[in-house]
Amino acid sequence: MSEERAGTAASVPDSGEPMLGLREMELNFGPQHPSTHGVLRLVLKVDGERIVSARPDIGYLHRGTEKLFETETYPMVIPHTDRLDYVAAATNNHAYCLAVEKLLALEVPKKAQYIRVLLDELQRISSHLLWLATAAIDLGAITPFFYTFREREVILDLFEDYCGARLTLNCMRIGGLLEELPPGWIERVRAFTEVFDKNIDEYEDLLTENRIWKQRTIGIGILTGEQCIEWGVTGPPLRGAGVKWDIRRAIPYECYADLDFEIPVYPNADTYDRYLVRVAELRQSRRIVLQCCDWLAKNPEGEIRGKVPRVIKPVAGDVYAAVEAPKGELGFYLVSNGSNKPYRLRVRPPSFINLQALPEMAKGHLVADLVAIIGTIDIVLGEVDR
Amino acid sequence: MTDETKPPTPPPAAAPAPTKPAAPAAPPKPKGPTANDASADPVVQRLSAALPGAVLAAKELVGQVTVEVPPEKVPDVLRHLKGTEAYTYLVDLTAVDWKARVPRFDVVYWLHSFEKGNARIRVRTSVADGVECPTVSGVFKAANWMEREVWDLFGIRFAGHPDLRRILTWDGFQGHPLRKDFPVEGIDTGAAIYPDQYPEGGGPSGKDGNRKVVS
Repeated sequence: MSEERAGTAASVPDSGEPMLGLREMELNFGPQHPSTHGVLRLVLKVDGERIVSARPDIGYLHRGTEKLFETETYPMVIPHTDRLDYVAAATNNHAYCLAVEKLLALEVPKKAQYIRVLLDELQRISSHLLWLATAAIDLGAITPFFYTFREREVILDLFEDYCGARLTLNCMRIGGLLEELPPGWIERVRAFTEVFDKNIDEYEDLLTENRIWKQRTIGIGILTGEQCIEWGVTGPPLRGAGVKWDIRRAIPYECYADLDFEIPVYPNADTYDRYLVRVAELRQSRRIVLQCCDWLAKNPEGEIRGKVPRVIKPVAGDVYAAVEAPKGELGFYLVSNGSNKPYRLRVRPPSFINLQALPEMAKGHLVADLVAIIGTIDIVLGEVDR
Repeated sequence: MTDETKPPTPPPAAAPAPTKPAAPAAPPKPKGPTANDASADPVVQRLSAALPGAVLAAKELVGQVTVEVPPEKVPDVLRHLKGTEAYTYLVDLTAVDWKARVPRFDVVYWLHSFEKGNARIRVRTSVADGVECPTVSGVFKAANWMEREVWDLFGIRFAGHPDLRRILTWDGFQGHPLRKDFPVEGIDTGAAIYPDQYPEGGGPSGKDGNRKVVS
């Protein structure tokens, strides 16, 4: 492996001399730049093509979500959470509901747990597919976009049939779910997962052994496991750096402890390994979805909401609950004063905290590689800026 | 929905008091978890042995342990937890505004240990308005942006922070949006653009009858 990787590292020999006769230049990258995935602005100090320092400037999409939370009753907060990481609304709903349920000491029925996990994993697949499409297109590979969006469309149609929305799902409720699954829905999910394994092979055929893809990603944006932990980076970047840690296994919630799946880990901490982690997670998510389908087919009866009080008023106190979102650890820190509105609700956004490590990852690389590094962190600005 | 405007009942500064008895006359409330004293927790015990005077109180709610510490001890406490107790990952750092309470703010740190079976611990400190809290960005690099966010949204300054600028709002913004007295529909920021038409400052104003202050 190491011999194969040697020589593909996209490094330019550094003579130590300034490249353009200029020592340093400041360059604005974004906020209106197609590869910044939204409104991220980076102030770069460059020496020729080489990045001396990168300073992210965020906040262009700040909507005061945490302030809005404080003005809404507990059930009314859920639609706001959709708009944090707007390509993975189900996991946002889930993390918030978990926090409130913990403070209410609410039991979620088994069937609701399985449907929640099913929605989460479909959401993870759709989020990773969107990441794969955009990260590949940033590096000039246009074809994967069409392949991944074909499958993502199927998932969004499934969401639409379940809850009426494709992106801002608002699909979970405190104590359970919005409603029963529509008839025939499970069979359609199963039909999708049956072909999806071959679809993943198709993406891998396009990229995994693609020479250009490997040259653009191997050795780019290295962030070791220790650095990840120091910067608080979680999710695929952490697992791509050889740390086998996933909240679904580390601090299991819902029915994850009963499900059979693996945590993919790759050791090299670069953009290529983070790609491999996400592709492997697609396969694992597919496995989880299939197991949920089997369980739900065997147990069609059951409640989808626990015994939820009519007015939700958790006891005074504070609680933190987290889920493994597609981007990393997504947590909600809830402070209640005993009234029917959250006194303070803090989002621990994985995108925001992972983005903080970007200067560390970009230092010394070329400007063209910065595009790969922004892509590999997988940020959604709705969640960074809140 | 009857008591939407119930005023907040901030807990006292550093005492483990949220074990307030449930109002006996109230209608049957949904049973919730209760807070317990956690000063017998081995991590808390070792912490108070290593740093005398650091632990003011410790409580446990739904399995999550919270340690109250004085603000000046925060870096030492976090360094101890990181070094000796292997809480190497700072999950979250945030603040809570208790408005009427003295001291006004809570700053909350949430730590994770990979080695100790994914154990987590919360450290909380109380900071008065206008008083600086020592930075922990020297202990955890991850604290850098989180402290900038707390400064931006709550107006708590962190002493010794290497780059304490606003992060989500812009330089020159007046006020700190997550303070309870900041109006929820925002403030008039036109003063910066049209100084002849708008008054100086443009910060949160309670005088304007159209603005409601939500808390």
